[in-house]
Amino acid sequence: MSITLQINGKPHEVDLPGEVPLLWALRDGLGMTGTKFGCGVAACGACTVLVDGEAVRSCQLPIGEVTGAITTIEGLGQPGNLAPIQAAWVRHQVAQCGYCQSGQIMQAAALLAANPEPTDQDIDAAMQGNLCRCGTYPRIRAAIHEAAAMMKAG
Amino acid sequence: MASWKTITRRSFLVLGAAVAGGAAFGAWKIAEVPANPLVPGPDSVPLNPWVIINADGVTVIAPRAEMGQGISTTLAALVAEELDVDWQQVRVLHGPPAQAYFNAGFVDRMSNEPDFIVSQRPKSHNAILAAVPKILSLQMTGGSTGAIGGFVQMRLAGAGAREALKAAAAKRLGVAPDTLKTEGGKVIGEKTFTYAELAAEAADLVPGDVTLRDPSTWRYVGKAMPRLDMVAKSTGTEVFGIDTWLPGMKFATVRMNPRRGGAMKGFDPAPALAMPGVAQVIGLGSGIAVVADNTWTAMQAAEAVKIDWAEADYPADTEAMMTRIEAAFATRPDSRMRDDGDVEAELAKGPVSGAVIEAEYRVPFLAHAAMEPLNATAWLKEDGSLEVWCGCQAPIMTRDACAAALRIDAEKVTLHVPVMGGGFGGRTDPVPAVLAARVAAAMPGTPVKVTWSREEDLTQDYYRPAAIARLSGRIEGGKATALWGRTATPSVTRNALARLVGFAPPGPDRGSVEGGFDQPYGLPNYRYDGHVADLTVQLGFWRSVGNSMNAFFLESFIDEMAHAAGADPLAFRLDLMRDTHAPSAQLLENVREMSGWDGLKRPGYGRGVAFCYSFGTPVAEVLEVQQTDAGIRLTRAWIACDPGLAMDPGIVEAQMTGAMVYGLSAAVHGAITFADQQVVERNFPDYDALRMPTTPAFEVAILQNNGSFGHIGGVGEPGTPPAAPALANALYDLTGIRARELPLNRQFSFAG
Ligand code: FES
Ligand code: FES
Repeated sequence: MSITLQINGKPHEVDLPGEVPLLWALRDGLGMTGTKFGCGVAACGACTVLVDGEAVRSCQLPIGEVTGAITTIEGLGQPGNLAPIQAAWVRHQVAQCGYCQSGQIMQAAALLAANPEPTDQDIDAAMQGNLCRCGTYPRIRAAIHEAAAMMKAG
Repeated sequence: MASWKTITRRSFLVLGAAVAGGAAFGAWKIAEVPANPLVPGPDSVPLNPWVIINADGVTVIAPRAEMGQGISTTLAALVAEELDVDWQQVRVLHGPPAQAYFNAGFVDRMSNEPDFIVSQRPKSHNAILAAVPKILSLQMTGGSTGAIGGFVQMRLAGAGAREALKAAAAKRLGVAPDTLKTEGGKVIGEKTFTYAELAAEAADLVPGDVTLRDPSTWRYVGKAMPRLDMVAKSTGTEVFGIDTWLPGMKFATVRMNPRRGGAMKGFDPAPALAMPGVAQVIGLGSGIAVVADNTWTAMQAAEAVKIDWAEADYPADTEAMMTRIEAAFATRPDSRMRDDGDVEAELAKGPVSGAVIEAEYRVPFLAHAAMEPLNATAWLKEDGSLEVWCGCQAPIMTRDACAAALRIDAEKVTLHVPVMGGGFGGRTDPVPAVLAARVAAAMPGTPVKVTWSREEDLTQDYYRPAAIARLSGRIEGGKATALWGRTATPSVTRNALARLVGFAPPGPDRGSVEGGFDQPYGLPNYRYDGHVADLTVQLGFWRSVGNSMNAFFLESFIDEMAHAAGADPLAFRLDLMRDTHAPSAQLLENVREMSGWDGLKRPGYGRGVAFCYSFGTPVAEVLEVQQTDAGIRLTRAWIACDPGLAMDPGIVEAQMTGAMVYGLSAAVHGAITFADQQVVERNFPDYDALRMPTTPAFEVAILQNNGSFGHIGGVGEPGTPPAAPALANALYDLTGIRARELPLNRQFSFAG
């Protein structure tokens, strides 16, 4: 049985049972490996994607239950065409190993969409589910503030 | 990202050159004659290269594991510095396993003397080269050695390539090479040639001696360079090992005996095989692998397999293990690497008008818990060759282990080393690659990616051992007069090397006492003993290794001594250090000033300081904590470090900060415990770390006074050791309660 998912503005068919989590449909079914596996139990945020603009842990969302439009890191911007938030990430040289950063960026994108001028407390609350074992939090915070300023300036 | 194979193939096509893989430079043979260490290897030009030039620009082979520490960027900058290419033209690849890529930096880790003494000696490059034969097989990333080892090697590779390109242009123009200039990837004379135009001819030329550039002219080295992997890592396009993608591949996971090292008595695959999408259940002797059409199904099915596990050969639980470690105190010390003055006589004087204090500290086992779970992909081809993709720190060893597991020649194994989603020392063992190879051998012709669940990653790790330390000290007239530290712990080095290479190195075990015996404290009576415990739990190198425990012991105890002496803990340390090692003392002055140390003391707040000299780099840290209604918060941190030459200050700052977060995470939350011979902590909810709201704000100062010129201290690890004691000392300042056991969340209530 195949399921059609709306990903980054295009329909994608995956030939997997409805109980398979979106994370694995993306990674193993469609070869979209930008979204990462970290824990499988909603404890790290590495697998974060947007569903209708909301940050969602894709390791917890069976594909049979997806109703909205999915945005993954691949859909946010590309190496030659960075989204403002990605440009801020590059400018602040945020990533170390980089493995958590797809999830961090998607979580931050959802925050900025809902709250264009987040305070430090807003950032703490929105980002606390996203683990970074390399400890890049201070640069993530700085990049979010800068992305907010860039987006405000247009 | 392109793999080693695809890029060399593309270069070959672009250039159509006779040299396999395009034009490759830098395969220098290192002679044993100290006066002139460099001679070109006439028959080895296409082998083991560091520099590949093609129409896209320059590709640098950076043969160290990129785990997030930025080493590939730093090594590329060293080549680019000499090669005169623009930064935009530079790409970087890990390269294949090869002896040419030995890590010369390990020479710095081969002494039993304190680091702060070794680094003061003038360092001759010849001394490094003379030691090469010892370490020829060490293509290994670890010990914070990557940049140290590359410092001369990578610049020579760049300079050699530049001179060969100039020689090629000189030949075309009929002029002497030294009349030509190089700039922006071009040789400039009366005519200008791009490097790509000259590469094929240059590959056949043998440049004479090369002189490395004067540091005052450096454009890249010493600057914060944009990391070469930053855009890929900000767009989800970086290809980690776990992202390996091959046509027709299958997805698998493993479930190994949770009683580590124990065998498997039997298993029933039926419940797994009944699940849709499951292809195969493979017995691996001490565990099983399940192959399916996606990783999630494989993981569900692996849980469904019924397995009868045999026992391990270590004690049942943490308590019994700690008893075993404690018993080591009754054995003769394995090492006494420091024994200044007469500790016993000084302690025997008793308190007189001062004090004699004693304390015992304990630290738990710790896991690495890198964000990318362990994984490897393998493909046994029809011709009997094996291709493996595995993020690993020791490629030659990993390739050979795969070959041995399948009983094939090492030449039949091609190993790719993708970038790693964190390592922290946890990717040294070849186990993931070997298990993937064995799974692939069970399904010849089909590539298979094996991904560890987080539960397998945490419970099958090679751990930082638990340890107990007992310290005694004497104070007289407000000054420390004696310190005797004793650490009891199983030896990581012996445990890991016995497993990895089949024998334990002879001599005393430095790892169990590093961070304790080797600190630049000028106590008149200073002794440090190591007692090696007999415990067979699987151990591994964890960011900063023995320093991670001994810095907690020593720096907590120094704090206790300062308080017993009625002294300011920072000034107390300064007094002990000023005459012993000025660059280290300077760092204490720096953090005092940066943090406004005197002003930090106020109601509701606590401050703590700690210091550790490790991997060639002294680091001082101050941490501020605050009592809030929600619990204790870690508010601000200040770090001062002195690696000698800071090759990339942006990366140094990131590593210092990240290393302190890593150390604080372990100090607050980290403990691996055992019950029924099995690790209890299975996923991040049981093994948590600092997160955005619980991480302090940081300020980092990088000084460059340490050592003789050319001294390059490590930067990946030295920020970790002072973290735990700085926090414990701050908590004492805040609460009056002395933490003598980690993790601290058992004793203190932290804000979430
Ligand atoms: S993998 Fe989904 S939250 Fe960790
Ligand atoms: S950058 Fe490595 S886990 Fe976040």
